[in-house]
Amino acid sequence: MSKTYYDPSDLKKFGDISNFQPELGKKFFDYYGEVFKEGALTQREKALIALAVSHAVQCPYCIDAYTSTSLEKGADEEQMMEAIHVAAAIKSGALLVHGVQMMNKVEELTM
Amino acid sequence: MTVNTKISLKGQSGSLAEVSNQLDVLEKAGSPSFSSRLKDIGLYPLKPTQIDVFQVNLGKMCNQVCKHCHVDAGPDRKEIMTRETMQLCLKALDNSNIRTVDLTGGAPEMNPNFRWFVEELSKRNKHVIVRCNLTIILANSSYHDLPEFYKAHNVEVVSSLPHFSARRTDSQRGDGVFEKSIRALQMLNAVGYGMEKTSLKLNLVFNPSGAFLPGDQKQLENEFKRRLKNDHDIEFNELYAITNLPISRFLDYLVNTGNYEEYMQKLVDAFNPSAAAGVMCRNTISIGWDGYLFDCDFNQMLDLKLENGAPRHIADFDESKLESRDIILNNHCYGCTAGAGSSCGGSTV
Repeated sequence: MSKTYYDPSDLKKFGDISNFQPELGKKFFDYYGEVFKEGALTQREKALIALAVSHAVQCPYCIDAYTSTSLEKGADEEQMMEAIHVAAAIKSGALLVHGVQMMNKVEELTM
Repeated sequence: MTVNTKISLKGQSGSLAEVSNQLDVLEKAGSPSFSSRLKDIGLYPLKPTQIDVFQVNLGKMCNQVCKHCHVDAGPDRKEIMTRETMQLCLKALDNSNIRTVDLTGGAPEMNPNFRWFVEELSKRNKHVIVRCNLTIILANSSYHDLPEFYKAHNVEVVSSLPHFSARRTDSQRGDGVFEKSIRALQMLNAVGYGMEKTSLKLNLVFNPSGAFLPGDQKQLENEFKRRLKNDHDIEFNELYAITNLPISRFLDYLVNTGNYEEYMQKLVDAFNPSAAAGVMCRNTISIGWDGYLFDCDFNQMLDLKLENGAPRHIADFDESKLESRDIILNNHCYGCTAGAGSSCGGSTV
C-alpha cells in the first residue's frame, strides 16, 4: 500500500479509471477532450480556469497538470497567480455571503 | 539554478560540457530508441529529401549565456569560423542550387567576418537568415547599425524571445535581457522589420523557459502579438515555437533539477510520425565553425559528424553525395518529433 494518500505517479494512471467502467470512462474522456479544445475561449484561458478550479477543489494532481499546461500554453506566473486569486476570492466570498444568513438569523432571534 | 550566468558550461568544467557524457545520459533515456521508433514507421535509415537550407554556425562566441543554450555559447567561447572557411562555404554554394543560407551561433554578428560574409551571400542573391539574439544590437556602438545593415541586404531576422514577460525571459536568458530585447525589437521595427507594409521579415522564437513543451504555435503567436503590441508597440511576422532539445546546457539543467527522466518521457510519449517525416535534417546541411558537416546544429554540438562515406568537411562539399547520406540519429532527436514537431522554423506539422 502507498504510504500517502496522494502519489504523483498516479496522475499518469488517470486513464485507468475506465478499466472498471469502460463505457462511462470513454464518455468522460471524450467530453474532457472536447472541453479543452480551442473554442470561444483559447486553450490558454481554459488552462488558467482549470488551474484556478484545481485550487478550489484542492486537487494536487490537477494543480501539477494545469501548472504545466498553463506554462505550455504561454501563461506566466503573474497570470497563474491572478487566476488562483480569482478562485480564492470566490471561495472566500462564498463563505462571507453566508454572513447575511447569520445576520438574518440574528435579526430573527434578537430584540 | 545550475548554470553560472557569466560563463559557459565548458568554462565551468561542467561534466556535461563533455559530449561523451551527454551521449551517455541520452543512451539511458530508456526505450524505445529513436532509431527503433523510425524503423517502426518505415523511416529508417532516415534519408534527406533535398538540401534547401545551408545553415552555417559562425561560432560559439556570444554576449549572452542562456540557460537552455544547446551550443554552450558564451563570452568565454573563442571558437569562431575563419574567413577561409567562409570562402569554402561560398565556393560550395556557387556550385549548388541552395537558395537559403541560415547564419547562427553564438551571436553570429560577433564574428569579425560576419558582415563581409553577409555581403558576399547577398551578391549571390541568397536568402539570408540571421539568428540574432537581439541584445547584441545594443551590446556596443559598433552593433547599433545592425538593423540598417540587415535591411540593406534584405536579411530575414529570427530572434529568440521566450516570453512577453520580463520574468520568464530573464529567467532563461539572463537579467535585463528582456528590456534590451524590447529596445532592439523597437529598433528593428523602426527601420521596417516586422511591419505589415514591408518585406523585411522579423520572426520570433518561443523556447519554453523550463522543463515543459511548447503549446500550439499559432495560439502562442496570437498571444505574443497582442501583448507585444499592447505593452510595447512592437510588431513581428511569425512566431516559431521550438522545443528545447535535451543536450548541452538544457540537458545539464534537466539533470540537475531532477526533470530529465520526466522530460524525456514527455518527448517519447509525444512522438508524432508526421513530425518525424518532416524533420528539418531532411532538407538542411549544417556547417560547423571549423568547416565540418552535420545533419543539424544539434548533431553539430554533439559532434555527430556525417558517416558512411558522406563528405565530412565543407572543402569536400558534394551536394548529390550529401543528399544520399544516412542521417545520424540519437535520442535527442525525439525533441524534433514531439507533438507538432520542432525545427529552426518552428512547428513542422
